[in-house]
Amino acid sequence: MSEMNEKLVFDRPKSVIDRATHYCPGCHHGVAHRLVGELLDEMDLAEKVILTTSIGCSVFLYNYLNVDAVEAPHGRAPAVATGIKRARPEHFVFTYQGDGDLASIGMAEIIHAANRGEKISVIFVNNTVYGMTGGQMAPTTLIGQTTTTTPAGRCMTHEGAPIRMTEIIASLGGVAYAARGSLDNVKNIRKAKKYIKKAFEFQLSGTGFGFVELLSACPTNWKMTPLAANERIQKEMIPYFPLGVFKDVSEEGGIC
Amino acid sequence: MSRIVVQEDRCKGCLLCTTVCPVDIIVQSDRFNASGYKVAEVPEADADKCTGCASCATICPDVAIKVYKTPKKKKGE
Amino acid sequence: MTKQAERIFVKGNEAIARGALAAKCKCFFGYPITPQNDIPEFMSSAIIKAGGDFVQAESEIAAANMLLGAGAAGVRAMTSSSSPGVSLKQEAISYMAGSEIPAVVVNMNRGGPGLGDIGPAQGDYYQSTRGGGHGDYRHFTLGPATVQEAYDLTIRAFDIAFRHRTPVLILGDAILGQMKEPIVPWEPENIDDEPGRDWCLDGKTPDREKRLLKSLFLQEGELAGQNKHLQAKYDAWEELTECEQFETEDAELVICAYGSIARIAKSAVRKFRSQGKKVGLFRPITLYPFPSKELKALAEQGKRFLTIEQNLGQMLDDVRLAIRTVADSDFYAIYPGNLPTPDELEEPILNSLEGK
Ligand SMILES: Cc1ncc(C[n+]2csc(CCOP(=O)(O)OP(=O)(O)O)c2C)c(N)n1
Ligand code: SF4
Ligand code: SF4
Ligand code: SF4
Repeated sequence: MSEMNEKLVFDRPKSVIDRATHYCPGCHHGVAHRLVGELLDEMDLAEKVILTTSIGCSVFLYNYLNVDAVEAPHGRAPAVATGIKRARPEHFVFTYQGDGDLASIGMAEIIHAANRGEKISVIFVNNTVYGMTGGQMAPTTLIGQTTTTTPAGRCMTHEGAPIRMTEIIASLGGVAYAARGSLDNVKNIRKAKKYIKKAFEFQLSGTGFGFVELLSACPTNWKMTPLAANERIQKEMIPYFPLGVFKDVSEEGGIC
Repeated sequence: MSRIVVQEDRCKGCLLCTTVCPVDIIVQSDRFNASGYKVAEVPEADADKCTGCASCATICPDVAIKVYKTPKKKKGE
Repeated sequence: MTKQAERIFVKGNEAIARGALAAKCKCFFGYPITPQNDIPEFMSSAIIKAGGDFVQAESEIAAANMLLGAGAAGVRAMTSSSSPGVSLKQEAISYMAGSEIPAVVVNMNRGGPGLGDIGPAQGDYYQSTRGGGHGDYRHFTLGPATVQEAYDLTIRAFDIAFRHRTPVLILGDAILGQMKEPIVPWEPENIDDEPGRDWCLDGKTPDREKRLLKSLFLQEGELAGQNKHLQAKYDAWEELTECEQFETEDAELVICAYGSIARIAKSAVRKFRSQGKKVGLFRPITLYPFPSKELKALAEQGKRFLTIEQNLGQMLDDVRLAIRTVADSDFYAIYPGNLPTPDELEEPILNSLEGK
């Protein structure tokens, strides 16, 4: 049976607290948390971290990561993180925000923190709905997608088009890095981790603002099984929200 | 031989792990955990097929899977 | 203890900025609005020279949330604004009160409601003293009346904020902000010795538990516990009230007024005294906690009261609550815009003195 020389090759990262999460089965917030936790371990950041959580299903991230944390009002995490980073420039500051939080109520805060080139990192979980409040339309809800506030499906002429945040962020001057990944399969998850790592490195080198969008499933509010929800990311989300790196100043000669 | 250990009290039975296993050995068991989820497992008969690739653990949203890998013995060892 | 320095001649706004720097304020987050622009303008260079940082935020909402972040990190920080902007800051102030994050907020009160005007007013008294945002909370509110006091109370505000882990509001107005007076700047000592910095976010090291600053309490009974804890904290502040009493000892009529209006009332009191009329002034310096005990003591001596404010009667509620078992107060409203001269206050004061 288990040989003497077998090695534990995959285990819970130290920065992720050993407890059950409140997330629904198949919710990708858990994957995103773990990727962040793995990087905090691998990059030896845990003691330097001040985490800013946002309002949404992931507000309890502070119960799952073993780091100092503050809870920001809905949408304001980039402003709170700005205050922390300006007060403690030597610390590692990141926010973790949902799409309602970041792309709707917090639009001004994210755009201006990015444009100022705040030396912070932002993890943006796009699941095309307001999760915590019960599945209402988000700024990222796809055309035709039914939600509790678009029962007939989001309509272009009535609700406008879903917002592509990473493209907008990438267009701003202070941004060092902007990428969109997805958490729907192993290859994409590994790539998403590389994106987050890159964004973190840009903060550590003091280069500028790092932004990583993660396409994620919300099986509960999509009213789908976890497997069907996972497949929806490939089928419906990626065609509208293309994956990849949209800005990387290390390939452009830096920010002046 | 490699193997996985599913921490059953953390498994939420989402079955995402079953979709990524290259040797297709993870299935839903008949067991419910205390939270009422039917947990994932690798049946005894298939256990030796695990390659230790960690794909299942990578996609598991609940960090419920540990992966142990045994390096392949070189010939003559 | 204080270090004596040269007298300088500055506006109230600048005195507040200088007071903050003397209190070792390290971050300032601002947004333009008249009549407080001198504060961010002064800070934009001065705080950076002092080794701190300045951000012109995208809005007052953002500025107040930056303040929340810096305060959570345990660093002395400040934001300033005027009425419409302070309304926008209320979200973060409520969160700071709920999460017990220290910070200093300045409101140079202008006319309202809505956009109002840019002249002096006291219409924000309720918002400033009742917890202006959502939920059940209070914060310290200090009401300077002179430029020197603006400087002094700014230093005090930081001390209170960190000692009691609370936002502190400095409530001035357009007159105080624009008025130039000589002041003697001073620097407080030992400001890093405040008790209880063991709550702030400075990175979880292996020798301590992780720290969390939050205002969400979902477990059964948890929020009630937090509210009780806050209430006990606010109750304890009752010992920390401060007021100025001018010629109240033998006064038959006591005028209650704060801030710039109190200065004008004081001139009127002097004039009445020169005519041998027994008028005094009661000026709360801490608007919250309100100096009720001190005021009630005066009421128990059988004095009459006249509250004068540049609003429709807001502090009047606090005056009446303080003296309700023994006396009542007349009220004279000054409307926002320009400040009255002491002469204009003569008639209402005379009326109250004669019990008309
Ligand atoms: C000022 C304010 N408005 C509204 C809410 C209610 N609210 C809580 S969570 C949330 C939306 C969260 O959605 P999202 O950011 O997409 O995150 P998710 O829950 O999907 O992870 C809203 C609107 C609030 N807490 N504060
Ligand atoms: S509601 Fe959606 S986002 Fe929230 S925990 Fe459930 S699946 Fe995740
Ligand atoms: S480690 Fe790889 S082979 Fe083994 S069970 Fe998991 S996915 Fe299958
Ligand atoms: S992915 Fe994790 S939670 Fe989901 S069934 Fe597999 S082990 Fe259980």
